[in-house]
Amino acid sequence: MAGPAPVTASSSRTVLICSGKGGVGKTTLTANLGIALASQGMRTAVLDADFGLRNLDLLLGLENRIVYTAQEVLAGSCRLEQAMVKHKQEPNLALLPAGNPRMLEWLKPEDMKTIVGLIKPHFDIVLIDAPAGIEGGFQNAAAAAEEAIVVTTPEVSAVRDADRVIGLLNTRQVEPIQLVLNRVRPKMMASQEMLGVTDVTDILALPLLGLVFEDEQVIVSTNRGEPLTLNGSQSPAAIAYNNVARRLQGEEVPLPDPTKQRRGLRATMRQLMQTKIF
Amino acid sequence: MSLRDLIDHLLGRQQASATTAKHRLQLVLAHDRSDLNPELMEQMRREILEVVNRYVELDLEGGDVSLETEERTTALVANLPIRRVRDDVPTPEASVQ
Repeated sequence: MAGPAPVTASSSRTVLICSGKGGVGKTTLTANLGIALASQGMRTAVLDADFGLRNLDLLLGLENRIVYTAQEVLAGSCRLEQAMVKHKQEPNLALLPAGNPRMLEWLKPEDMKTIVGLIKPHFDIVLIDAPAGIEGGFQNAAAAAEEAIVVTTPEVSAVRDADRVIGLLNTRQVEPIQLVLNRVRPKMMASQEMLGVTDVTDILALPLLGLVFEDEQVIVSTNRGEPLTLNGSQSPAAIAYNNVARRLQGEEVPLPDPTKQRRGLRATMRQLMQTKIF
Repeated sequence: MSLRDLIDHLLGRQQASATTAKHRLQLVLAHDRSDLNPELMEQMRREILEVVNRYVELDLEGGDVSLETEERTTALVANLPIRRVRDDVPTPEASVQ
């Protein structure tokens, strides 16, 4: 963080990444989006607000470089700069790790505001990885957020939980709230055995920030602790995450149509069957 | 409705699961968002029917009061088939008391 002069607090953005349901890809999105934003020139901080079950360090491959955490920063036993873990290959990105799970017992929304207030002046954007659920941990994470990205998958339980979270964000006046639809299976969507993109966006009434196809490379990259966006991968998920980063900065990048991924007679038939007749 | 839904319907087949999923979600979300428990919902349904029944004779079997949701707005939708208008509709003065 020694380096560029601090910018004013108001010019940087604080984005909460949340979903309600667990396991839909919040942390994977935070890691990949963080790297993508950083590689596109944004000074990016990622904050692991999942104090109970922290994993952002692991997905970023930074688990062995943690010395201090948010806990020590709040206690005043270290400086913020000491706790922030800078990514070696992507120096524009830094992680503030979550502290001991016991932090859950005493952490308050004000503490989150304090942490984010300390981080903000040094970065262009702060991504907050929220825990699953809608209880205290989520409320803490949401306290410091100005805008939000809701992650969901095209499954009934994930969409229902996302709706709950959107309701809570609305009462907190978090604005804008944008949607990332994750783990889309184009083939199933085309044969109408998976909720369609417009089904989900109609129900949740949110603008779509990104569409990420189910991609085995995500698992491979997680195993290695190297987000897909780090190494210029051209796998479908990597492209999707990079596009989310660009759209988040206001760039217009067209969204793919999952039902048009496959060509040929069968795909054409599938598409015909989807035609709205009334 | 999509072409697939129509063909499924004509052939008496089960509809595509995405369609089922959407309908189920719309219903459950209407209730989630309104925060009304089923008991309160039932009480409201009974009272609405009671009031309307004072003015017109309703087909109570075919009546339906439900919550529907679209674009994050939830609406109370009542579908109450009327058998006939009552002759003895209470006058406004009488109903004030």
